[in-house]
Amino acid sequence: MPKDDSAVKGAQGAGPRPEPQVLMGNYAAAEGALAAGCGFYAGYPITPSSEIMEVLAERLPRQGGVFVQMEDEIASFAAVIGASWAGAKAMTATAGPGLSLMLEGIGYASFTETPLVLVDVQRAGPATGQATRVGSGDVLQVRYGAHGDTCPIALSPWSVQEMYDQVIRAFNLAERYRTPVFVLADEGVGHLRETVVLHRDFELVARVRGNDQPPFGHPDPDGVPPMPIFGDGANLMVTGSTHDAWGFRKVDDAEPHDLLVRRINRKILDHAEDICEVDGRFLDDAEVALVAYGFSGRSALAAVKALRRAGVKVGLLRLKTLWPFPARQVAELGKAVRRLVVPEMNLGQVGGVVRQHVRCDVELLGQVNGEVIEPEAIERKVREVLP
Amino acid sequence: MTRAMEHWLRVPHTAFCPGCGHGILMGALVRACDELALDRRQLLFVSGIGCAAWIPSPNIRADTLHTLHGRAVAYATGAKLANPKLTVIVVSGDGDLASIGGNHLIHAARRDVPLTVVCANNEIYGMTGGQTAPTTPLGALSATDPLGNRYRPFDLIALVKGAGARYAARWPVTQPRPLTDALKRAITTPGFAFVEAISPCPTQFGRRNRVDDVTKLYDQMAGTCVTREAARALSPAERARCLVIGEFIDE
Ligand SMILES: Cc1ncc(C[n+]2csc(CCOP(=O)(O)OP(=O)(O)O)c2C)c(N)n1
Ligand SMILES: [Mg+2]
Repeated sequence: MPKDDSAVKGAQGAGPRPEPQVLMGNYAAAEGALAAGCGFYAGYPITPSSEIMEVLAERLPRQGGVFVQMEDEIASFAAVIGASWAGAKAMTATAGPGLSLMLEGIGYASFTETPLVLVDVQRAGPATGQATRVGSGDVLQVRYGAHGDTCPIALSPWSVQEMYDQVIRAFNLAERYRTPVFVLADEGVGHLRETVVLHRDFELVARVRGNDQPPFGHPDPDGVPPMPIFGDGANLMVTGSTHDAWGFRKVDDAEPHDLLVRRINRKILDHAEDICEVDGRFLDDAEVALVAYGFSGRSALAAVKALRRAGVKVGLLRLKTLWPFPARQVAELGKAVRRLVVPEMNLGQVGGVVRQHVRCDVELLGQVNGEVIEPEAIERKVREVLP
Repeated sequence: MTRAMEHWLRVPHTAFCPGCGHGILMGALVRACDELALDRRQLLFVSGIGCAAWIPSPNIRADTLHTLHGRAVAYATGAKLANPKLTVIVVSGDGDLASIGGNHLIHAARRDVPLTVVCANNEIYGMTGGQTAPTTPLGALSATDPLGNRYRPFDLIALVKGAGARYAARWPVTQPRPLTDALKRAITTPGFAFVEAISPCPTQFGRRNRVDDVTKLYDQMAGTCVTREAARALSPAERARCLVIGEFIDE
């Protein structure tokens, strides 16, 4: 089992910057996991994510890691949690139906403060939907799917490069905040082939261990406690029942429950400035702005460029982080422009959230036909709603 | 349990009802660990949800992972594969391991992951109030079978053996010595091992089946446990009402 320290060394063997190469998005995600020192992958095949597990099935063992195909997604997620507490940087990948099966485990990971990474390559839902077609209908499920109040982190890649970069960042955020982190990709990006540089220009966040402080409590209401692992001699008590700072179950007391639920939410929300990344284009003089993410961000940028050529003052705010929601950035944009348009491959999941944070008009452009939104469709929508 | 075993325990008392067999199983477990001189730093107990899942968590002083209902074996698989140096023991209930978690159980046996899985079988859902389990005997009364259970119970030993378990044993908690020895053999098995401990539940099973005296319930349970030799003399109908005890190893 790779220890954290060796993983850090392995990943940062600086050297010359590698040449650009053409890779599929899902391959780049697997490369990101390897570069981040992922030591454990458990999964169950599902389109359009399976390439990630196929690459890792071959490569992870060669790097000293463990790959296991489990009997279903419930088991996969469970194994990832077990492996994380055994000290490995652990991950899985899936698509909508598998995500639905993992929900109970996702809540467990949030509540037990277990670092792990889940790459969800979204396809056209609901239900089995269209397995090989694109969608982004999992956005709110990732945010609110687990019962009880939790506050997951979700990143949204728009390119093959970002599949690589964001998987690495996801591992870092998972360790830094001791929480499950989603890379909320979509079939468009997952199966896209384009240029990527598998660079080593990143630092890795090593897990903070230590047995002398409580592993489930912190003096700060938004603090992240150290995380000993199995075998450290900490006599850990990990439980998904409400627990005190040392892990003793507290299933009847009001105070420990209130304290824990608030802290696991605040440790993310209070650090939104650190977690949230956005990418603004042509916003300085924009009167209308698009808010987009994932593959739709590409179409949005193409639409902005075409409209700019025609003299329309339009810009783009691309959300690289979806959860916690980049509320400040969106609110500021809402004050600077007269109208927002949110193109997305669902019926307004993020558009609805944008509306909660701005006073200006927010137009939704939801598309659920299993195809990516074309730039022309976005252009038309912007022209329709021009002030 | 003798005071000599107290160093294995984290808390001075358990949450088990009077007469519950789970405490005896807990005693057998820590004695097995003690007699094997296991290093508690490398010892991990994994449990699901239910009264049986509280046997190790938080009682036993070692690493404990108290998971979701049914999922203990899958969590344990991840932990063991990620750090093979750990000795990983799953302790959970019959409902947890054989109903909601049945798929994980057979697949772990098939993969031959080196885990010891201990099922505290009280033939009922204890924690949630005495509903039918997949191990409840035919005709037994439960909160969800007020007219008697209509469906056959699982034979857990046959189930895990069929799935490839290297070692399987069944003992009632009224025979703590062979139970402890079986646990030791399971823990030292270099692959998937399974121990079923028949553990009476006076509060839910006894009460609903009008066995109001704890000792009577224990006697009744001991009466249904027969050795393989004794089982051979029984008619198929009689055998179906019995639990064959002992060790089940492929020669
Ligand atoms: C997903 C899920 N479904 C149902 C429950 C409710 N539940 C808690 S314990 C339990 C049954 C436990 O029975 P068993 O595993 O036999 O353990 P015992 O209490 O009898 O020792 C159930 C159904 C739950 N916690 N989670
Ligand atoms: Mg039971």
